[in-house]
Formats: sequence, C-alpha cells, structure tokens
Amino acid sequence: MSEFPASGSVVVVGAGVTGLSAAWWLARSGIDVVVIDKGIVGWEASGRNGGGASHYQSPLFAEEQRLWPQMDELLGYPTEYQRERIIIQRDPALLEHYRAVGRICTAMGYRVDDLDSAQAQAMVPLTDGTCLGGIHLRFGGHANPQRTVQSYAWALHDLGGRIVQHCPATGLATAGGRVIGVDTPRGRIACDAVVVAAGPQANALLAPIGIDFPVTAARAEMIVTEPAPLMAIGGVDGNGLYGRQTLRGNLAFGGGPHEWIGTTPDGAAARPASPLIRSLARRVAEMFPRAAHLNVIRSWAGIVENTPDGRPILDRVGNVTVATMSGVGFGLSPASGHAIRDLVVDGACSFADIAKLGLARFATLEPDWREQRGWAA
Amino acid sequence: MTVDIHDLTGKFAPPETRYDIVIVGAGAAGTAAAIAAAHGGLGVLLVDENPVPPGMMGTDVPLYYGGRMTAAAANPGRMVEAIFAANPQLEVAFDAGVEVLLGTCAWGLYRNGPAMKTLPEPMLGLADATRAWMVGYGALIVATGARDVVLGFPGWDRPGVMGAQAFHALLTRYAALATRRMLIFGSDSLALETALLAHRHGIDVAGIVEVADAVRGPSGLLAHVTTAGIAVLTGTVIVRADGGIDGVERAVLRRDGVDITIDCDTICLAIGTEPATELLDASGPVDATIRLVGDCALPGGSAAAGWSRAIAAIAPPETIVCQCEDVTRADLIGVQPPRYLDRSVAIAARSLATLGHDGPVDPDQIKRLTRAGMGACQGRRCRTQVACLLADASGTAVAPATYRAPVRPIPLKLLADWDEPAAMATGWDVWFGIPTQWTPYDTIGTADEHAPGLGGGNMHV
Repeated sequence: MSEFPASGSVVVVGAGVTGLSAAWWLARSGIDVVVIDKGIVGWEASGRNGGGASHYQSPLFAEEQRLWPQMDELLGYPTEYQRERIIIQRDPALLEHYRAVGRICTAMGYRVDDLDSAQAQAMVPLTDGTCLGGIHLRFGGHANPQRTVQSYAWALHDLGGRIVQHCPATGLATAGGRVIGVDTPRGRIACDAVVVAAGPQANALLAPIGIDFPVTAARAEMIVTEPAPLMAIGGVDGNGLYGRQTLRGNLAFGGGPHEWIGTTPDGAAARPASPLIRSLARRVAEMFPRAAHLNVIRSWAGIVENTPDGRPILDRVGNVTVATMSGVGFGLSPASGHAIRDLVVDGACSFADIAKLGLARFATLEPDWREQRGWAA
Repeated sequence: MTVDIHDLTGKFAPPETRYDIVIVGAGAAGTAAAIAAAHGGLGVLLVDENPVPPGMMGTDVPLYYGGRMTAAAANPGRMVEAIFAANPQLEVAFDAGVEVLLGTCAWGLYRNGPAMKTLPEPMLGLADATRAWMVGYGALIVATGARDVVLGFPGWDRPGVMGAQAFHALLTRYAALATRRMLIFGSDSLALETALLAHRHGIDVAGIVEVADAVRGPSGLLAHVTTAGIAVLTGTVIVRADGGIDGVERAVLRRDGVDITIDCDTICLAIGTEPATELLDASGPVDATIRLVGDCALPGGSAAAGWSRAIAAIAPPETIVCQCEDVTRADLIGVQPPRYLDRSVAIAARSLATLGHDGPVDPDQIKRLTRAGMGACQGRRCRTQVACLLADASGTAVAPATYRAPVRPIPLKLLADWDEPAAMATGWDVWFGIPTQWTPYDTIGTADEHAPGLGGGNMHV
C-alpha cells in the first residue's frame, strides 16, 4: 500500500462515481488531489447500477452527451460505453408516457424515433408480440458501472492523484471559517479545499460545520441472468425496469419498490438483497419472453441517497464543495465531475447554469421532511 | 404519517407454506435431524436438490461431476430411486410424517436485519423443475454437506475431471459412473479412501498423485493402498490432461523434471472439501433459529494452496482458471478485463500490484474487474483457486469471493413471482417514484413545472 498522504490541495471524500470524476477533472487541471473512501472505489450504488447515460432532465445533459463518446479515450481505460437506447412497453399508458418523454427530447434537439410493435420486435429480438412499441433514443447510451468507476480511479492515478481506500472521513477540521483538513482514523489530511461526495454519509460529515445537507438513503436492487445472444442495441429496458444487456450478453435489470434505511456514519449495508428478485425476474421475463428460459445467476443491492426533490445538490460553501446526484449519478458523472471541478477552481460552473441545484432551495425545508414524504427509515 | 407507496413495506406476500422445521439437505445428517424432529411432533419439511438436472451436473452443485457419468444420470426417475436406495432412512422419514421434496433446491434465505425490515417473516426460497416458492420456518437446519475443492490445470475442463465426492456419488449412490481407469490427485484420507473404494469396485486406479514430497494421509490407510497395488507418486504435479471428444484419455505428469504419460479416462480431484454454506453466506450471519449439521458444520480443509502453487509454477499463464468466463491465470493476476474488450497500453500496465496501492486486495473487486467467478456457477468451481492465486501473487491473505442469491441458477420464468401481491404492482416504479426528479431543468421554477404529462415516476433513463 502507498504511504498515507499528510496533505493534498483538494481532498475528495467519497470514491463513488461523482467523487472520482471530480477528482479526475481536478487532476486534469494539474491539481494535487487525494480521494478517501470508507470502502473500495465505486463500491456502493456507483458500481452496481443500470449504467444509463441519457438524462434529458439535467442541466448537465448536453455535457453528458458530449463527453460519453470520448470517455474511453479521455480516461485511457474501458467504460464499455455503447451508444443509443431503446425503451419498450407492454402497457399502453406507459408507452404513451415515454412517447411524451421522446417529444421533450426531440424538442431539445435530440432525436427520438417512435417504434411500433413490429419495429420494436425487429430491433429487440428478445421481445415478442406482447410488446406494444417503444421509443428509440438516437443519443445517449449506457456503460459498465464497475468498469467505469475503476477507469476513473486508474485515470486519476495516471495523473498523479492518490486514492486511500478503507479510510472513512470522521470529521472536517476548520480554522477561521475554512476547512483546513479532513480527519480520518489514520490521521488528518491537510487541504486547501474539500469536496464532499460521500453519498448517504455526507450529512453526518457536514452537519458539524453548519451545512445542512438533506439526503436520506434507500436500498435498490438488481438481478442478472446468464448471457443471451447480443442484441444490436444492448441498451434496452422498459416494463418498469432499468438496465441493459452487457457486452458479455448478461441481462442486468433493476426497478421496483425500495426500502428506506436512513443514514448512519458507517454507511448501511447493501447486503443482502431481498425477495424482490422474484418480481424483477417476472418483469424481465415479461419484457423479454424469448429470454425467459435464461437462468438468473446473481442479485445485488446498492445504497442510494435521495434529496427531498430528487434533484442533485451541486454547490459550494466557502472552500467546501458539496455534491450528490440524488440517485441519478452514474450516467451524468463525466459532466458532474466537470461541474464540481469548476466549482472548486473557479467558483462557478463554466458550461451550464446549475443555480437551481444549490442548497438555497432547502432554506425553508421542514426538519421532518423525511416523515412528510414517507421516507423515514 | 405519509406513506410512500413505492416503499417496499407491505409488498411481500407471506410464505406460501410454513413448517416448524425446514431442513436443507437430505444426506445422513439432514435425514436424521428430520426424523428426530418429526418424532418430536413437529411439522417438518426436508428438501434436497438431488437429483439435479443432468445439465447442472457439470456446474458444481455442489459436487464437481465433470462428465464421466452414464446415461442413467439423465433419467430422473431412476436417480430418485437410487437416492432412496442409498439412504434407507429417507423411508423412515416419510413414515415419520416428514414432507420430503427431492429435486428441490434452496436458492435464497431472507431474514430481517439492520438494513432490512420489510419481510413479513424469515423466508426460504425453494425451486423445483416447474416453479419457485417461499416457505416459512420456525427453525432452519442446514445440512448441505461439503463441496469438492477443484483446481484448474490445462485440460481440467475435459469430461472426466471430477471431484472426489462426485465420484463417490456417481459410483455408490447413483451407480452411474463410466470410469474404467483413473488417477487420483491428493493424498489425504479423502484421496486414499477414494482409491480403495474405486479398487473395490473393480476400477483400475492408475495412481495417486501428490505434489508434496510425502503422503498426507494416515499410514494405516496408505498401507491398504500399497497392498492393493496402487502406485503412489509423490513430488509429482499435473502438466495437462489430454483427450478427445469423449474427454480425458491420458494425463501428463511431471516428477523431478521428467514428464510421465499415464493413460486414464478419469482424473479425480481429491484435494479436499469445504463446507457448502453458500445459502448462508449470501444471507448474513447465522442467528438462533439456524443450525448447521453434518459436513457443512465442519471446517473442511484442503491442500489447495500447495496444489495451486505447484500447478501455477509449470502451467502456461494462459491456463483457464474460470471456466464460465474463460478467464486465464495471467488475466486474473494482471487484473485484466475480459477478452471482448480492447486492451489499451494503460490497462495492460495495470496489475494486482498497482491495484494494491489503494488498499488491500478485495476478491469481489477483482471478480468484477476480471469476471473470474461471475458466471453461471457463481465461482463455486474457481473461487478457492482464485483466492490461492491472488494470495500468492499479492503476498497477503485473500478470502474467497462472496456469494449472492440465487445460489443456484434459476430460470427467469421459474423464479418469477407470477402471483405477487397487488401492492407490489401498484407500488412499482422504475426508480424512486419522485416526479420532481424528472422535471426538465429549464422548466423548474416556471409555470410549466407542474404541467401534466410527466406525472408519476416510472422515469429512469
């Protein structure tokens, strides 16, 4: 193992996909950056999600779309990024819902084709006549979450960045109203600025320095099958599921109800998953009747934090930059890292207006916001 | 208090049936426990995954059958008869009122805990050839036995390479073994007893092969083996198993730098066993309602580390370690991605050593990066050797990778809950069901923000 770093210009707390991307962007600007994590890089939801990268609702959307096709080259390591997505449905109301989404994207200048049942079946050979149709996003795509987080980590290494795993942040040391270091069980890492991208653990870290960071965590679950023959576009989902066919051929899908488990300083355990895998298996079998014979070979869960409105928080308070993508962080990570780099270095995002993602919107948030939403653990 | 309709609470049906005691594994220990419980007046369910479907017999469930079974192994009715014939106590269990389900696997164990409070009660997931279902239990007895520890060497994927317990089962339980001439790897009691068993059944035992310089088993057993005229080759390692479409035809061994070729149709890996506790491993810590009996309660033990080291010293780096995902030893130790990805100069320079800079080696991280252990057998065939190879390469102790439910491969349409409660469907959302999450950014704070059209969730892209 490498020597424990006594200092770094910027310390990033949390080696999830958002923290790693931010660190990589900072390192690309020549900044000396240290990333610490309570566990392993990308070990929570960052490394085990649906891998989608088509987020029309985000102010970071254009940057997400610009960056993904370049990421393998920029990082120097594979992400398994594949272009385009198809969303198919068996329910008329859901089909119309997604057609409406398609129209929103088209109005923004991103092409979406409506698919009728025959067209959907031609493009998605694992489905059948029960598929009513779908939409074909001629933009966006999907990547392999685990491989991508490791690629960020390795690319960061190559730029001189340091990563310390199994090293939780226990506190933020302040002096003169500024954070001067991050405390850990292995000692303090002195810094000029800090990025807190610690997911569910962020509020416990930020509250003592007077930053109310409203997030609460839940468990989300996925299943995976043995490989199926590769479809031309693997980024197919629908029928209440998110997910993808991997480049290996496995069908990996999640969705459905979640369990609120709150936040603890140590982080809640994602294991084990629940019997929800049976309802997930049903919906995959419904979506892909021609793959219903395939074996389910694994299930897993991840811990996801949400803000009260489900939207990201990207903001800077003094020399503390705070970030959560509220459960939709993987696909947007190339862009969120860029935005965080800009906040740290320049104090403002250079490529998009992210003002509505600031903490100010929670100024009047009631203390019992979790209970009000039925989100209490 | 507001209720989040997308919360998992209240979405799971209670188990289909309940028993005072559920016992997984109908070997000697499980059957005895079932009889005792039934005699005590308890309602007892005894399940056993055997006979497993013929297609599954190649993927270590938990015995490593290889491919040297006769056509009889493909006849489920005959296999059930053989199971009853080999374990007369099963009839006793029946007579005592135990519900016995053969050909039924336990694929998942679910209990509430610190991060799960939504289950109506503890539940065990079962599946047979036609359906999956959940059962409740007052107490759970796990009697799942031990698994064969197997190791990869050139040719280990050929039919005819099998584990010692699988060999025993095919020979004595199922009478479905096609072996004529065999080699046995390992030299502790398991290996020596296997040799004597084979010899008694008229199988030609071409030799016992041990990488160490001395036999590991007791001298009394060794004397019987020697009396039977079985050759013992110590300080000897496998170079490769050669053969054709019907599997192994000969083994090339190496002793003192000299290659020896021995004709055989079977290579029996009697290197050791480990407890087959994947059902529990995937579920969390054992609680007071769960008891382990029989071989799965024993620590097991194997000579895998020594064998792994000896094989790695002479087998080419391209030797397959993970059969499901075609991962070679070189790719495992190099922490290289699967072959369907291009390897950049940068990634080719990555290795176990560079990964170790960030912290101790984690077997699950390496599993995901290399895909070793990510296949249909969930690493049951390779995880012991993977751990040995990673430990040797990193110079640190490395635990085997972990398991996840379902701990047996179950087809989607079988695992599917076709009778799920209505609340599951009405509370289903692709993601968290937070409508404001999907509001197009430009409309936030404008009159269009709450326009109809994007109501509800079901919006994960």
